[in-house]
Order: sequence, then C-alpha cells, then structure tokens
Amino acid sequence: MKTTTLTRRDFLKHTSAGGAALVIGFTLPLELFGQQAQQPPPPPNPFEAWVKIDTEGNVTLICAKSEMGQGVRTSLPMILADEVEVDWSKVKVEQAATSPMYRVPGLGTGGSSSVRTSFTPLRQAGAAAREMLITAAAARWTVERDTCYAERGEVVHRPSGRRLAYGALVADASKLPIPDLATVPLKDPKDFKIIGQSLPRTDIPSKTNGRAGFGLDVRVPGMLFAVIARCPTFGGKPKSFSADKAKAVPGVRHIVEIPAVGPGAFSAGGVAVVADNTWSATEGRDALEIEWDRGAHASESSASLSEKMRELAAQPGKVIRNDGDADASLETAAKRLEAEYELPFLAHAPMEPMNCTAHVHADGAEVWAPTQFPDWNQRSVAQVTGLEPQNVVVHTTLMGGGFGRRAQADFAVEAAQVSKAVGAPVQVVWTRDDDLQHCFYRPASHHRLWGALTEDGRVAAWKHRMVSTSISAMWSPQQNKPEGSEIGGASDLAYAIPALRVEYAPAPSGVPVAWWRSVEYSITCFVCESFMDELAALAKVDPLEFRLKLLAEPRQVTDPVDPEGTPLSTERLKGVFQLAAEKAGWGGKPPAGRARGIAAQYSFRSYVAEVAEVSVNGKGEVRVHRVVAAVDCGRVVNPDIVRAQIESGIVYGLSAALKGAITIRDGAVEQTNFNDYDVLRMGEMPEVEVHIVQSTEVPTGVGEPGTPPIAPAVCNAIFAATGKRIRRLPIRAADLV
Amino acid sequence: MPSITFTLNGKKTTIDASPEMPLLWVLRDVLNLTGTKFGCGAALCGACTVLVDGEATRSCVTPLSLVAGKRVTTIEGLSADGSHPLQAAWIAEQVPQCGYCQSGMIMTAADLLARKPRPTNSDIDAALSGHVCRCGTYQRIRKAIHRAASAPKRARPAPTTSGGGA
Repeated sequence: MKTTTLTRRDFLKHTSAGGAALVIGFTLPLELFGQQAQQPPPPPNPFEAWVKIDTEGNVTLICAKSEMGQGVRTSLPMILADEVEVDWSKVKVEQAATSPMYRVPGLGTGGSSSVRTSFTPLRQAGAAAREMLITAAAARWTVERDTCYAERGEVVHRPSGRRLAYGALVADASKLPIPDLATVPLKDPKDFKIIGQSLPRTDIPSKTNGRAGFGLDVRVPGMLFAVIARCPTFGGKPKSFSADKAKAVPGVRHIVEIPAVGPGAFSAGGVAVVADNTWSATEGRDALEIEWDRGAHASESSASLSEKMRELAAQPGKVIRNDGDADASLETAAKRLEAEYELPFLAHAPMEPMNCTAHVHADGAEVWAPTQFPDWNQRSVAQVTGLEPQNVVVHTTLMGGGFGRRAQADFAVEAAQVSKAVGAPVQVVWTRDDDLQHCFYRPASHHRLWGALTEDGRVAAWKHRMVSTSISAMWSPQQNKPEGSEIGGASDLAYAIPALRVEYAPAPSGVPVAWWRSVEYSITCFVCESFMDELAALAKVDPLEFRLKLLAEPRQVTDPVDPEGTPLSTERLKGVFQLAAEKAGWGGKPPAGRARGIAAQYSFRSYVAEVAEVSVNGKGEVRVHRVVAAVDCGRVVNPDIVRAQIESGIVYGLSAALKGAITIRDGAVEQTNFNDYDVLRMGEMPEVEVHIVQSTEVPTGVGEPGTPPIAPAVCNAIFAATGKRIRRLPIRAADLV
Repeated sequence: MPSITFTLNGKKTTIDASPEMPLLWVLRDVLNLTGTKFGCGAALCGACTVLVDGEATRSCVTPLSLVAGKRVTTIEGLSADGSHPLQAAWIAEQVPQCGYCQSGMIMTAADLLARKPRPTNSDIDAALSGHVCRCGTYQRIRKAIHRAASAPKRARPAPTTSGGGA
C-alpha cells in the first residue's frame, strides 16, 4: 500500500462496485483546535467527503463527521438532500474511514461546528449533482437546458411535462464536468423542503434494539480484550511489577508494559493485561503487583492547587482586555463589590467508557475507534507503531457520548501498542474508574472580580482576574498563549462597561486538561453571569432589566483572544434574553416556594439564554423545577435536534453545577465511579422547554452552547430564593444553610 | 469448568464459563450479544440492565451462576422486530442521542410497565433513578414511557412471560 492521489475514477472503483454512479468529492473545512494540531502531512487528494448517486437514484453522503449523539448522521444528509432535490427516503449516510481516499486532516468533529462548517459545502455539492443531472436530461431530450428543472428525484422538461428519474441519468451525468462548486447556483432558501423540518433521526431505531455499533461492540475474529493498570498519579510509571499472580488468572494470555506517549497523545502508559474476555482481563489486573514510580506530581492536591491559584490571583496577571481605567474607576466608585469564585476539575464521564480496538500487523494497522478525530488517531497510531500514516486505517464507530473526551488519541495509542506487542487484534477497555482517574479534565479555576456602580446604578467598572490550569499551556506551550482556551466569555463580555479589565494567569499543575463540553464558557459564564447578578442586587435592580440596560446600544464585541473570530452581536444576545424571559414568565410571580434566575452566553457563534426556577429547602438542598431556554443558532436545519441538543447541554451543565467535582489527593484523582462522581438522575430532571429564534443567519453550533448558562441561572435563582450567593461549584448544601 | 444452562431470549443456552463471570461479560464477550452495555461495573448506572425472570437486573454484578435455570431477556430479545411498544415510543419521542444508555433504560421500563401498566411520574422516577444518561434524555424517556403505557394493550408482548422473540 502506498500513498495515492485518488481521482474521481478511483473513488468510483472503491465505492460503486462496478455500477455507474455520479460522484462528487468536496471538502468540509475544519476550523478548530488548529493551534493544537501538529503540522499535517500534505493532502494525498483534495477531498474528504463525497456524494454518490446510483442508478436507482439513491443518494449517499460519505463523510467522516462522527456521530456522538448530536445527530450529524441526520442533519448533514438533510442539507445535501434538499439541494440535490430528492425525497428524504432516497438518502443515506455512510461513515468514512481514514484512508488514502480521504484528505488528512479534515476528519474532525468538535467545537459545535459540524452543521456550521458543512452547510455551504454540502449545499454546493448537492447543487452540483442536481445541475449535472439537469444538463444530462436536457442533452438526452435535446432541449434547451433552461426549460428543465429538478423535482423530487426527477428532471422535468417544463414545456412537455416529460420526466426522467435521476437513476436513469447518472451514467450520462457522471461523464460531464463537475461545475465549479464556488459558483454553482444554490436553491433560494424559501424553496427549502427538508432543511427546517424536524425529520426523525436516522440512527434512532438502531439505538432501541441493541443493534447500534459503538466502539465496545466491535468484534473482530481472533480478538483479545485488555485492560491497563495506569499509574494513579499523573506522569508516574511502573518502577517494577510482578505478573505471576495475574498470569495465573484463567483466561489471561499476555501481560505487557506499554510506555507513556507525550505531547500529541499524552497517553499514560502502564501494564496491560490481555485476556480472552474483559472480565478475565480485569481480574488479572486486580492480581498484578506493581510498584509505582509516582512521578513529579505525586504531592499535588486540590487544597494545594487551590492555595496556589489564590496566591496567583493576588497579583496582576497578563492583561487580556483593558478598556478605560478600571482601577481608577473602582477607586472613585459610588458603590463597589469584590468577590472570589472557584470551580473544580470535571471529567466528561461519557456513558461508554474509553476504548479502542486495533489490529497492528507488519505492513499496516486497522483501528476501530469511537473517536471525534479519526485522523489524529491515525497519526498517533502511526507514531507509536512506526507505520506510515496512510497504512493506518481508522474506522469510526458510533460513540456512547463524546463531550470532548473523544477528541483525544490516548485510547487509540494504547490499543495499537498492545496489539503490536501481542500480535493479535485487541480491544482495550477502560473501566469507569480508569475513565474518571485518567481523563483530560476541564481546568480548575480561581477568579477575583471587582465591580463598581455609578450613582444611577450602571456598571462603571469591572475587573476580572482569572487563574486556571491552562489547556493551551499543556497542549501548545510554544505559543505562549495560556489564555487561548480559558477566558473567552470573560474577555468578550457583552455588556457595555466603560472601564473593563480582564487578566489571566496559568496555574502550574500535573493534572491533564483539555476540552470539556463548551470548554471555557462553562467556567466564564458561571463567573461573569453570577457577578453581574451580584451587581444587579447591589444596584437593587431586576437582574434582567439590569442586563438589558447594559445591552441597550447595539454593538459588535470582538474577543481579544480571538480577534479573527466572529464578533458577538448584543442585539442577538438581547433577543434570547427577552425570549427566554417572556416564555418563562419573568416578572410574574413564580409558583409558591420557587424563585427564578437568568443567565445567557454567546458561544460557538450561538446565543443561549436560560431561566431556571428553583427551590431550596431548610437543609440547603436545591431542586431545579423548570428551565426555559431560548436559542439563536441562525438558520435551523432540524428543530427537534436543536431542542434535543439544548436539553442535553442543560442537563450536562446541571450535573456539573449540582454535583460535579474531580478532586486530587496525593497526586491522584479521588473519584472512582458514579457513586462519588454522581450526575443528574431521572428524579432530579427539571421540566425543560427550548424556544428557537427564527433566523435566516448562517447556522451555528448547538452541541455545546446549552451548557454554559445553566449554572449561573440556577445560582442566580438560589440567590433570589435565599439571598445566599454561590461562589464555588458544585453547589453545596452547607453553603445554603 | 461446569456448564451453566439458562434461557436466553427464549432459547435454551449452555455456557462453559466461570460461574463467577458477570452475566454482562458472558453476554458481550462470550456470546457476542453486545446490545447490553457496560457503563460502570458496579450497579451504579443501569446501562447493563437485563430481565431475569422478568425482573430488571444489573448484569454487571450478577454472576453467571445466579441465572442458572432462569429466563434472561436482553434488548435483542425484547421483541423480534423492534416493535415493542417501548421501542416504538422511544422512536416516536426521538429519545436517544448517543443511545448508549438506552438498552438499559428500555429494559427497566419494560419491567416497570409489567408491574405498573399506568405508571405515574413518581413511579418512573423511582424505577429509573438508578440509571444514568449523560446526554440528558430523561424528559423524553418519561414521555416515551407514558406513551407506551397508553399504547393498545394487545400490541404489547409481555417480556416477563414469553422472553420475547429471536
């Protein structure tokens, strides 16, 4: 196998098994994590997604966006189908594997970007196919092309009413030149038939009958199952170990040590126990006797980190934004307020624990991975096996949740290392304690805020100093931009405040960190929207009215951390505040014993506001009864998927606000399972309503933006109910009695 | 190794495996019946739930020896063709997102409906609070259970007695 440049003809050979088909390759731009990615090799061909129409008129989208529950296997083909002008029943989607057929990189799913970045390319590819079919029909009939149009899988000759099905035209159409995708005529959005409909998701039936294939469901002939004993402390490794007792466990076949892999994968390494089944492997692991070299971070604890962060927050940090003179304004203010906020590390804890199946042999490797980034897995497997990347094929399975955890490559690296060592296909399985103790956590953070009010109750000054265990400092230290994935939401605070200063300092820690659903916004939104509420209370103004006053003048706000990014529109932010408030009955009396709180955030180019209705009992126990969300995510492809994603983001954020904390002691994570890292349960589920702003703006993200506003909305409601301000998460009953 | 016999989705099944091996791994790794999911290994999340003699049971902490002579129903055996009222309701309410927890949710819901054909919200909370869904589909699960409960009775096979098809 060697690198090849795939042409349309080659692709056809791979995909159409001899039959004629119309095939168009196109690209789906990937605009995230670019700063973290390694320099990619030059692309072997220019395409990473394909549309194929066969002689039956079936339309297939082949692309490598990963399905982790967010609905891409439905929303993406919907976009294509509308522009091809074909019935939804004729459309299917196939998961692309990494192979020389696809461009590397480009096969990534994250940053709530799939619909946003695929919308136009999918429309262009669909329109190109449609235009080619029309041209083919006009030629067949020898009529003027502009007397023909496409409708529901057929080309129609308007004057005569003659019709030809797409399937009958693909052989001719496939011989035509592909129109320039940049200029191919697109449908007028008012003619959309599929985009905008709540079509049922294509993957749901298989998720009700046990047939959906997740990573752990991969079965390969001759495969073995492995679990890995990893050093409990970060950066530690086995000093020595005895495998005698483990080898005596029935079903255990091999015990192999695998090294840790540094930047690029950050896998922990350890001692792998390989067995006939997962249970024997875990029994074998329990029987291992390992003495650990606990490494450089063995003395780290949550308490020591907290103290270190507080010390750092006592001194000025790197200035990220500096409008006016916040310090001077704070000196002279009529009323001022100072507060400290603190948030813990969090694990993603997707329902399907990390896993990967790999078969490494002399001249190549096949990998089956539940992954958001198959190309990154491919490069990392190549790195640890010594294979050329193009000889590593990664098949992306369904994911039992991703939330950013499956953006990593550590599980693929481990599976490849173990498979190579034992010379057989191996599925590496993580147990839940592995998952919680060897995650890439949401950073822990500490915040100091100072605010000042004018005589007439506006915000005169706002100063926010943030310290956290920086993602960018870990993943791209050479950039020297530790605030890169930490302070968005604080640095582009939407409110009009004449003196606004934002500072940042990274805190040293051995705990690995990375992207947790909504990344920095779950942190900064909690802090900023809570402190804004504190200032509203100080001004004795209704929290919504207080915010709307600061958003009165329409402005575009650019994030100084990402000056090239899309600026937020205060008008659209105001819009979601008002819609959520209206639907929640803001200003009216809440049901007896309950109080309301509100918060909003711009993230991933979408705007979400949430109103939470809560009660707090005498023991300080919080109950969230109802959440009303308003979302402005531009044009909506599938409203029910949007609603589901916002519901999901709210529950994810509620679990964190009410229960979530990963704590460190003696360099290791203390939590082991859902008993001590509990999440929201059925009996705690509030009634959630999601309202969508009708919009013709470009579609933007929905996977993550539902998460940030819920913690501050709940805490602001707690304040309204009790007069007590929550400044550290998770919410503790002890802080409310 | 002694062989252990039980009825799996209506079929008599004999296994040569350690009697201590949890039923979950027997199903998944020995029989390649992967619809039953591993989530926690400690009866804390419900993903591995199957019916044992009709009762919702966490297969991850149930040794194989305990199901000897019993009837085990997994998601694959709930109906022959995915037409159980709960499965139909799960589709109608568009419940699953990632879908990983849903086999377990559906099996516990099947047990619940067999015991309480018209469950209240509190019944649903009590039955399902041992389950975890990280995508947050609880609200839709609740709606789907109510929908299945109001489906015409004759359409609902009783997994507790027949063990389902296939």
